[in-house]
Amino acid sequence: MRVGLVVVSHSARLAEGVVELAAQMAPDVTVLAAGGLPDGGVGTDYDSVVAAVQRADSGAGVVLLYDLGSAQMTAELAVESLADPGSAVVVDAPLVEGAVAASVAAQGGADRAAVAEAAASAGAPPAVETGLAPEAGAPQTTRLTLHNEVGLHARPAALLVRSIAGLDADVRIRLGDDEADGHSVLALMSLSARKDDTIDVSATGPQAGEAIRRIEALAERNFDE
Amino acid sequence: MGCDAAAVAALLRAGAATIAEHRVELTDLDRPIGDSDHGENLNRGFTAVVSTLDTAVPETPGGVLKLAATTLISKVGGAAGPLYGTAFLRAATTLGDKSELDAASVVAALQAALAGVVARGKADVGDATMVDALSPAAAAAEASENNGIAGLLAAAADAADQGAQSTVPLVARKGRASYLGERSVGHLDPGARSTALLLRAFAEAVR
Repeated sequence: MRVGLVVVSHSARLAEGVVELAAQMAPDVTVLAAGGLPDGGVGTDYDSVVAAVQRADSGAGVVLLYDLGSAQMTAELAVESLADPGSAVVVDAPLVEGAVAASVAAQGGADRAAVAEAAASAGAPPAVETGLAPEAGAPQTTRLTLHNEVGLHARPAALLVRSIAGLDADVRIRLGDDEADGHSVLALMSLSARKDDTIDVSATGPQAGEAIRRIEALAERNFDE
Repeated sequence: MGCDAAAVAALLRAGAATIAEHRVELTDLDRPIGDSDHGENLNRGFTAVVSTLDTAVPETPGGVLKLAATTLISKVGGAAGPLYGTAFLRAATTLGDKSELDAASVVAALQAALAGVVARGKADVGDATMVDALSPAAAAAEASENNGIAGLLAAAADAADQGAQSTVPLVARKGRASYLGERSVGHLDPGARSTALLLRAFAEAVR
């Protein structure tokens, strides 16, 4: 049972495009489009949003993302009108980045609050830090060379995040002088690691070893390409 | 004079008539600063409200307003649908299952409607929105509570008219018009205008 997502947009095609992108990252998450008016025009339709929220809720709740202005109002009104308004939440996030971050978090089994937080924090500057960051405890490390065609692009980055989701480990991925949070798809993508690049993985925490093992296995499988 | 469900339904029919009459004006106001649909959208919504009232009138004033709210939310679209829908919904909630309204409950309903619009649209007075009409209207209604429902609605309508006119020199800070920045100056806000029109229609219908 995973948190569902609803993309509320003035445009049916925009909503469907965002859903297409998000769904690729999270095959087991219900991501539904609620875009445009029933007659095909531009606008947001309250009844379609309510219907999408009801269909997206498998029991773990729903997170709604919106594009502009009145889409937010329509989404909030739809949530207030639910039998249990606490089962859904409208999140203020950049639509594309937020949908991607939220879908990956939902795929990893995050609860509704955590999925909403993943979307909201997708608006912050990418979590890439330059230079040496202080580390707590002795990290476990591994060095990997990327042999897959697209490097740490969207899908492989999402696979990496999913592979370590739920582990009690802080994972950092380093490429040259840049370092990214291994739990953030957007941060990993912003490293721009390509084919034949070498990345350093370091993990701390009780399950650091398992995290390293899973990332190594994923790289050995060429990220299932 | 009593204000029961049938009387509230009559107010809404009067509101629908005024929106139909002014739909071209409202759309023209929306053209330079919005997406040229305010009059048509509201007219579609209020026409639907009238047809549902033709089928059956709920038993309480609150029930009538709730029916209007859900119909407007589904039929109007844009920003006006959620905003007017929220206004009528909050008013309905405040009235509860009262079978007849007195002046105090009408004032409370107007205040609840204003609070709902402010919460939904996150606009303040001075942002060139329907809040600029509704906020002074609610204050005037409260100040005129002793004049009965007809008196307080007349005061609210006057205040809403003035409030709507006050949006002309303002820079729009919400909605589509806000994208125009300084270029929104010099335009009467269509939402403030429709709010003033509705309150005037309500005041005249109850007289």
